[in-house]
Amino acid sequence: MRHSNHTAIGRWTRVLVASAMGVTLATVVLSPSAGASGSSAPGVTSTGISIGATVPLTGPAAPGYDEIAPAMNAVFGWVDAHGGVDGRKISYNYLDDGYNPANTATLTRKLVLQDNVFATVGSLGTPTQAAVQGFLNSQKVPQLFVESGCNCWSNPKFPESFGWQPPYTVEGKVLGAYIKAHFAGEKVGYLSQGDEFGQDFIKGMDMEIPSASVVSRQTYDASTLAGPLSNQVAALKAAGAQVVAMATIPAATALAMLPAAAIGYQPQYVISNVGADAPTVGPLLSSFTQKGGGTAAQAKATAGLLNGVITDSYFAPESDVTNPWVKVETKLLTDYAPSLYAKSGLDGNTQYGIALGLTFVQALQAAGKNLTRAALISAIEGSGKKFVTPGFVPLSYSSSVHYGFQGLEVVKLSTTAPPAVTPSGSWIGGIAVSPVETTNVGSGPVVKYTGRTSTPPAKLASTS
Amino acid sequence: MTQPGPADHALDNISWLWRLRLPTQPLLRHLIFALCGVGILYLLTSLLSPYNDYEVGEIALYVIALAGLSLLTGMNGQISLGNGAFMAVGAYTMALLMTHTQLNFIVELLAAIGAAAVMGLLIGIPATRLKGPYLAGMTLLFALALPPIADKWSTTFGGDQGLTTTVPNAPGNINPEEWLAWIQIIGALITLVLLANLIQSRFGRSFRAVRDDEIAASLTGIHVARTKVLAFVISAGCAGLAGGFLGLSTGVVNTGEFPLTLSIQLLAAMVLGGTGSLMGMLWGAVLLVYLPQWSTSLSGYFNLGSGASAYLATIIFGAVLIVVMIAAPTGIQGGLRWTWRHISGSMSRPGAVIPPVSELPGGQSPHVPMR
Repeated sequence: MRHSNHTAIGRWTRVLVASAMGVTLATVVLSPSAGASGSSAPGVTSTGISIGATVPLTGPAAPGYDEIAPAMNAVFGWVDAHGGVDGRKISYNYLDDGYNPANTATLTRKLVLQDNVFATVGSLGTPTQAAVQGFLNSQKVPQLFVESGCNCWSNPKFPESFGWQPPYTVEGKVLGAYIKAHFAGEKVGYLSQGDEFGQDFIKGMDMEIPSASVVSRQTYDASTLAGPLSNQVAALKAAGAQVVAMATIPAATALAMLPAAAIGYQPQYVISNVGADAPTVGPLLSSFTQKGGGTAAQAKATAGLLNGVITDSYFAPESDVTNPWVKVETKLLTDYAPSLYAKSGLDGNTQYGIALGLTFVQALQAAGKNLTRAALISAIEGSGKKFVTPGFVPLSYSSSVHYGFQGLEVVKLSTTAPPAVTPSGSWIGGIAVSPVETTNVGSGPVVKYTGRTSTPPAKLASTS
Repeated sequence: MTQPGPADHALDNISWLWRLRLPTQPLLRHLIFALCGVGILYLLTSLLSPYNDYEVGEIALYVIALAGLSLLTGMNGQISLGNGAFMAVGAYTMALLMTHTQLNFIVELLAAIGAAAVMGLLIGIPATRLKGPYLAGMTLLFALALPPIADKWSTTFGGDQGLTTTVPNAPGNINPEEWLAWIQIIGALITLVLLANLIQSRFGRSFRAVRDDEIAASLTGIHVARTKVLAFVISAGCAGLAGGFLGLSTGVVNTGEFPLTLSIQLLAAMVLGGTGSLMGMLWGAVLLVYLPQWSTSLSGYFNLGSGASAYLATIIFGAVLIVVMIAAPTGIQGGLRWTWRHISGSMSRPGAVIPPVSELPGGQSPHVPMR
């Protein structure tokens, strides 16, 4: 027994020595290969451009937001049908991250390291995209037009990152200035989501509204949002708030308005663009009412609570069917994303996707035939202000500003406006109650926009 | 619920080791296994693309988390739905230290383990009074309560964006994904060696004794409550390290990374791999990392919508869980062990080896009480 044990150790010593030698040999043979960025433009060939994104297609953030990437694809479909950009067709690979940053990190690495995408375009979410901002910038992969109003996309430390929609602080400032001008002396209460979205929005509000008029500041937690926000609403009512400014996601808007209506509290609502899209919030109001035991008639009636709500918009509302951009958007969806159009119609999210897709196509055009990542970035910084989009104001890109739109108009939802008609029904439309106004995330004043508003290029307007 | 782990087959193990001439001293044997693992994984990561390296690193970090859970549930019979939250504790600890100090990152990882272990102690003490679904409920509450805390003090914890983490620069021109994978693999191997030794030590025997019968265990002089708390602390420490590694992989630490589903997935992956087994956790981790991808390609193949693909992953996970539980109640590792024993048994000459005590399907020893 002793003897066999001894030989066992001896054999293992030999195995160890052998494997150590193997490892050493392998080190020599497989000397580390050169860095990943060998070719001038990964994802670009003479006939195609491969881009990617991560978006929530499932989970709590998916409803509504899952329409944006397919709507962008409608634009790319149109571009491909018309010969592509410089002969290159756009292949858009959007993956579902379920709004979980850990998934975003993995999938983004798959897109960049394995699928070799040229850029990420239109990825959604603050926590999710913040997770890959460092990685994408270290790999010099453009992180374009992040679907989030966080102030974090315009940061000199991250030159590859670009925001697109108005920063929440800009939204808060414009709406705050409107409250100060039109509801002077009235008591104001806040209801905001307890994260960056809510904080940035309220920060903007506080820059405009005198702190003495703010009587109550309520928050809710998005991750545990399950039932009516009765406590917050009761507190706002008790404080006597006559104007309630809300930085809420669509579900939270509905979960605040319903208990308020139940206790006979009817303040003037001023709601962030994110939480006031009538074709999204209307059905939620109805379905929550029905789940709470309401009749079908009551459910239908609750959508009327949106009448009189003040919100904002950075492009023409979908209900404005005579607007040339709305016509183009509808046409693009019916021709190049018919199944999406049958499901969602033209609403805030599909509009958003089309406008974002148009922005990216023009960035490619501006970058020219010799397409590289560096050329794309400098094209956006150099020509971004000239891109033609449905936005009321031009994009504000420059070498130091990576925010997109910084101009909005204040909109009132009203039964007198033409309704927004989508497959889910007919929803209250909006009418502008202010001129288009611009400002920045800093201390800049809210000023009236005096420039032109773009119209669709003839090719896009006349095309099929 | 509890299944016998590898050490329940001590007798089989020894005869098997004799046949392969492996040393019988646990520490030496485990170190040899670990060194072989290092060699194989070194070759693997050198040959693989950076993205595959990244995936190997992810597998390594889930192995750590699952091994800790396996110790708690498989060896000690306590169910936790809070290990995802322990991961968050570790990740935030590491990220906070990275943000505010210039400490060596190994120190930061050790602090992550320490902080999670302390949290494990705090949760473990009241948990000794609870069993089964009540214990699961309490740990679930912990997992639910943690994210709002990070949201509430958003200036400290970075809010939605979270806190960024940095991997120390790779030596030479090793690419960063391979370097990170290496850090995570070495962490996983150290964890496995330590846990494997622990399981075969006096503590491991106490864990199993408490799992099988608390009264009998206390009659033999084992301090039941202390043993249960210790299992919680070790399990939480493992989760803390895994959380730190997840933070390194992701590049940022925020609450979105640690949803409740993470804790539930860990539990399911542990059962799939083989509750109580350490090797089995490798299979569980592989499934955690690759199953979502496989299901995406599957749904692409069948031309399902991109929305359907995400639900497909959950459906497949559930289906695999059911199939494995029917075919191999001790998980994938149990099934493999059973198969291996049959193959090696039929190949060996009759009479050359003492037949193992438990030649039963699923590798269950008859002397372990089933519950």
